[in-house]
Amino acid sequence: MFMNKWWWKILCIVLLVYAIAGGFLLPVPRKPVVEESIRNLYFHVCMWFAMMILFTASVVQAIKYLRTNSLKYDILSRQYAVMGIVFGVLGYATGMVWASFTWADPNNPATASFAAIARDPKLIGAAIALLIYFAYLVLRDSIQDMDKKARISAVYNIFAFAFLFPSIWIIPRLVDSLHPGGNGSGNPALNFNDVDPRMRLVFYPAVIGWTLLGVWIVSLKVRMQNLKEKSLIHE
Amino acid sequence: MKKSLLFLSMFFVQEILFAQGGVTMADEMRRSGKIYVVVAVLLVIFLGIIIYLVRLDRKLSRLEKNTNS
Repeated sequence: MFMNKWWWKILCIVLLVYAIAGGFLLPVPRKPVVEESIRNLYFHVCMWFAMMILFTASVVQAIKYLRTNSLKYDILSRQYAVMGIVFGVLGYATGMVWASFTWADPNNPATASFAAIARDPKLIGAAIALLIYFAYLVLRDSIQDMDKKARISAVYNIFAFAFLFPSIWIIPRLVDSLHPGGNGSGNPALNFNDVDPRMRLVFYPAVIGWTLLGVWIVSLKVRMQNLKEKSLIHE
Repeated sequence: MKKSLLFLSMFFVQEILFAQGGVTMADEMRRSGKIYVVVAVLLVIFLGIIIYLVRLDRKLSRLEKNTNS
């Protein structure tokens, strides 16, 4: 079974050690205002990338459930969504710390700075998207019957996933934004002009590493749940 | 009075650091080798969490083997 294999877990550890060590030791471009904190690209941005990949995995499992009615896909779908939410919240928290050092204008009073930051479309979009996934968890808990729960939440999952695209990716790029990529200037992380090639060396492996960490934790949770259910049946 | 003087002096320190092409980076940390302390601390925390995950994984594998055999 994929979940019990060790090779991708070792790969995850190696990639993340590389991301942490290389993230601080390897050179980065010197940009005003951001300065060294541009290295947060390997952490904050990776959290959001990992969240997207985990939510994609969640919706794939949801569709698999709808096609086969096999509850194991429903369990996987839920756990991937939970880990996606965890990474999303971490992405928000790391973003808050980063913003307090870069976007917060020391010349303005704290409330004016906060107001300017809170109006950023990507922040609002990401908050709405995460709230929709929180509602997915609430929806699941509100239905008693296992099959009904799985079917209704799978359909909701597809809607929640589809909403990610306009709210986090499309609208924040069309309007004025504090984040890079605003006003139609394209995708900053995957655009070859925007990410310095030195940073790409650490950034791409870091995305894979953080995603694998999310997958590892999902596999542990699913295995634990399966064990609990097996021991309940045997009692 | 003391606090505002200290705050004002921070602006002048920035002027001196602008000697390296205008952007203050962690060059002093690198020159003194303290950057390795930063990396070491982060790696210790991260590897601690990883060791916890590995132990959990091994425990689960053992339990799975017991219930399946």
